[in-house]
Amino acid sequence: MKWRPWGGGGMLGRERTVRKEEERRRGIFTRRAAVLGAIQLGAFGFLGSRLYRLQVEEGARYATLAEENRVSARLFAPPRGRILDRNGKVVAGNRLNWRALLVAEQTVDVGATLETFSKIVPLADHEKARIEREIRRNRRFVPVVLREFLAWDEMARIEVNAPDLPGISVDMGTTRMYPETEHLAHVVGYVAAPAESDVGDDPLMQLPGIRVGRAGVERHHDRILRGRAGAVEVEVNAVGRVIRELDRREGIPGQDVQLSVDAELQKAIRGRIEEGTTAVLLDARNGEVLAMATKPSFDPNIFNSGVSAAQWRQWTAARTTPLINKATNGLYAPGSTFKMIVALAALEARVCRPGDIVSCPGHLDFGDTRFHCHNRNGHGGMNMRTAIMASCDVYFYEMARRVGMDRIAAMGNRFGLGVDLDIELPGTRRGLMPTRGWRLAQGKSWSIGDTIVHGIGQGFYQLTPLSLAVMTARLASGRAVQPHLTRSIGGRPVRGSRAEDWPSLGVSDNDLRLIREAMWAVVNGGGTAGIARLPGQYGQMAGKTGTTQVRRVTREQRERGFNVNAVPREWRPHALFVCYAPHDNPLYALSVIVEHGTSGSGAAAPIARDIMIEAFQRLGPQRPGQRVAEGPR
Amino acid sequence: MIFERRLLTRDRGAGILEKFWQVPWSFVLLLCGVAAVGYVALLSAGSGNPDTYAQKHALRFGFGVVLMLGIAMVDIRVIARFAWVGYLGGIALLVLVLLHGNIGKGAQRWIDIGPIQLQPSELMKIMLVLALASWFHRASWEKVGNPLFLIPPAIAVLVPVGLILKQPNLGTALITCMVGAAVFWAAGMRWWKFAIGFGAAAIAAPIAYERLHDYQRARITTFLDPESDPLGAGYNIIQSKIALGSGGLWGKGFLQGTQGHLNFLPEKQTDFIFTMIAEEFGLVGALTTLTMLLLVVVFCYLVAFRCRHQFGRLLAIGLGTNFFLYVFVNVAMVTGSIPVGGVPLPLISHGGSAMLTVMVGFGLLLSAYVHRDAEMGPMRE
Repeated sequence: MKWRPWGGGGMLGRERTVRKEEERRRGIFTRRAAVLGAIQLGAFGFLGSRLYRLQVEEGARYATLAEENRVSARLFAPPRGRILDRNGKVVAGNRLNWRALLVAEQTVDVGATLETFSKIVPLADHEKARIEREIRRNRRFVPVVLREFLAWDEMARIEVNAPDLPGISVDMGTTRMYPETEHLAHVVGYVAAPAESDVGDDPLMQLPGIRVGRAGVERHHDRILRGRAGAVEVEVNAVGRVIRELDRREGIPGQDVQLSVDAELQKAIRGRIEEGTTAVLLDARNGEVLAMATKPSFDPNIFNSGVSAAQWRQWTAARTTPLINKATNGLYAPGSTFKMIVALAALEARVCRPGDIVSCPGHLDFGDTRFHCHNRNGHGGMNMRTAIMASCDVYFYEMARRVGMDRIAAMGNRFGLGVDLDIELPGTRRGLMPTRGWRLAQGKSWSIGDTIVHGIGQGFYQLTPLSLAVMTARLASGRAVQPHLTRSIGGRPVRGSRAEDWPSLGVSDNDLRLIREAMWAVVNGGGTAGIARLPGQYGQMAGKTGTTQVRRVTREQRERGFNVNAVPREWRPHALFVCYAPHDNPLYALSVIVEHGTSGSGAAAPIARDIMIEAFQRLGPQRPGQRVAEGPR
Repeated sequence: MIFERRLLTRDRGAGILEKFWQVPWSFVLLLCGVAAVGYVALLSAGSGNPDTYAQKHALRFGFGVVLMLGIAMVDIRVIARFAWVGYLGGIALLVLVLLHGNIGKGAQRWIDIGPIQLQPSELMKIMLVLALASWFHRASWEKVGNPLFLIPPAIAVLVPVGLILKQPNLGTALITCMVGAAVFWAAGMRWWKFAIGFGAAAIAAPIAYERLHDYQRARITTFLDPESDPLGAGYNIIQSKIALGSGGLWGKGFLQGTQGHLNFLPEKQTDFIFTMIAEEFGLVGALTTLTMLLLVVVFCYLVAFRCRHQFGRLLAIGLGTNFFLYVFVNVAMVTGSIPVGGVPLPLISHGGSAMLTVMVGFGLLLSAYVHRDAEMGPMRE
């Protein structure tokens, strides 16, 4: 900015006046700034003296106050969401649990305190080891559980001896409870204390006695069920006992999850089946799992309080594998229940027409190999319908030879076999749908003979009972339904309960109708499973039997006249049956596998019929019950 | 040499490099020291984890230093010319926050600008100082004596104060008043007018008290008798005093502050950061921190005395008083000397808004220092 003198004349005089004025103004500013500065300096001096008084003169008093009067913030776990069955019955709930906690920083000598405590409530060595490990792992103000499920007198003894037990307090928590015990264990799963790897960013994981879902729905929906930690601010005295609660911030309670299974139906089915049997019942229209029963099972309540080593050994060593959900993890060859897939593949590939006759002399010779039909005398001329009805092997050997393994496998995949299913059970096996590519990738060859064997559901297949039930539901509905267990979360229904939610399979309606007719005839038209016919009031059932060898039958045995009942049980074939009902408006789809049951029609079909009747009686011939869980706890 | 350099800086054409040389690096170093204290305290507030608060603090400070140096390079005459534009911008932001601001703790104070939340009332104080300095810088002693001349700047103070009260934020409104009063005082307003002003305030206070929000009243009553409601509003003051007092002369040591780490203070990383320092580093640490902050204020005064133009002097006094008030109100608050009111400790507390504002202020201050000999035009009658 340029120097701009005002006016024209007397420049020098004016400039002098301005200079003087400027000097005066500056002098005034300096004085006033000095006053202001002095005030501010004085204020700083005041703060300094105030600090001196607080920290030095009254320091000791405040130090005592700090020692005596501590405020600490504590997390508490919100109640875990319940799991309900389709009728609102609680299948996983919470019950009260009194437990003793130790806050390490509130006691001088942890070892001595534990010693005193174990005189009042005896602690086993492994418990002591666990407690010491947890104290090391957690920060010192995080309470560690000494003992859960305290009895009334134990609690009283702890309270009476409180002065000798600094840092120890009794508090009320909740613990998981499964009223259905072993009946729904494989579906609901169980909870257990978090492993080191579970302790992530969620502050809840640091809480004493917290449980996380370890299997089944408990694990799949763990985040939803768990909720978010609440916090409480409490004033504690020198030994850490809570004097009063200052502030409480409620956590977000875990949400209830309602399942599609019917607990009563499940129980009834488990009452009907024997060890080694698995049954999966789906709503054929939308894939809802209505029951998923397998025997033997286990009691999930045991996991909550900790499984003893002996119990664990017993479970894991048992050949009947009680811990494994055979519906999702048991792998079986489908046997003749697979023949519908082969038929559909052949129809879609147009390698045969439904009316084409294949003659069955009791065996099929291909190259040097002879492939036997289960009917050694032969079925005679077979078309597709009669071949399914009588479960003629030769017909399907021929179909498989015509259509080829890869197209069979592709059709199987479309029906949910050998693919990942979208069910809420962690660890569900995909199974195996063999293809030529798969075999070649193993460095082996694939011959037409292999294809022929696979035409009757024998060979390398490894399929779960669940996937066979899905196959049946898809045959019945023509839609790509996915099996699922969740009906609603927190009272809000989950998508997928309507048939329209699921896309069409894209299989020709004519082909499907033909297969369904044949399956109807299996039960009602003089087929292999006449024993499974339903009483009239429930409509008619359509199904298919299957029997899968677990040991190869040698020619020698065959010639001597193989008597299946003469061999040890574990050598006998598995018995399978898949079915849906009613035939004209399918509601339920079912797969039953009886391990070493010898014959599908003999062992599996009667069970399937009884389960179907049970389902109709409990869920009705209309749409299965739509009742939603009652309101919040 | 010195004379030559001064000649260079007097001219607007002085190169950036020469100006950069003029920046008082000892002051920048002092600011770094204060920010380092903040880093350590925030490290403790985050239980030793730098990611919680401390790292962000360091980043913000680094950004603030760049911003400050950038502003310092701007010619003070340019700043003076745009002072009122800045003021009007500040007013606009205040109106905006009233209309669209985020509500927190019962008041509308923030607006979100990208990653940071800006509290326009903080920025407003600086813009007010700029506007007042520009109003007064060519006014002679006689002119300041004219009551009519004082009316426009008085309105310039009352408009933002009214808007801040509307949020409602009593503490900041009072601080804004005091900052304005400091500039009026330094500009030469007659002392008896101040006396009248204070007298009027003393009469108005009981009437205003009736109209205060409940939480504001609670703060004042608990200040008068903190023990009256030990679990309610007085809780923070009592616990803060216990923490301070138990720190003693030498403190409990870094990360050893039991009170702090038991989460007894709701805002230990912001308003009560000084308590953390005093608990863990004792009276020695607290006084060291306080002295560093005092030196920052002292520097503002030095700048004021060095400036050869009234604009720079008033600016420096205003900004110095603003910084002083931050420190004083915060420390007095945590020592239970005045009612609690969410005022952060500048350069130390966690929070982007206060850091940004303070560093903008220091940028202006440094510009006044770098251009201390600039010709700002003559006085008017």
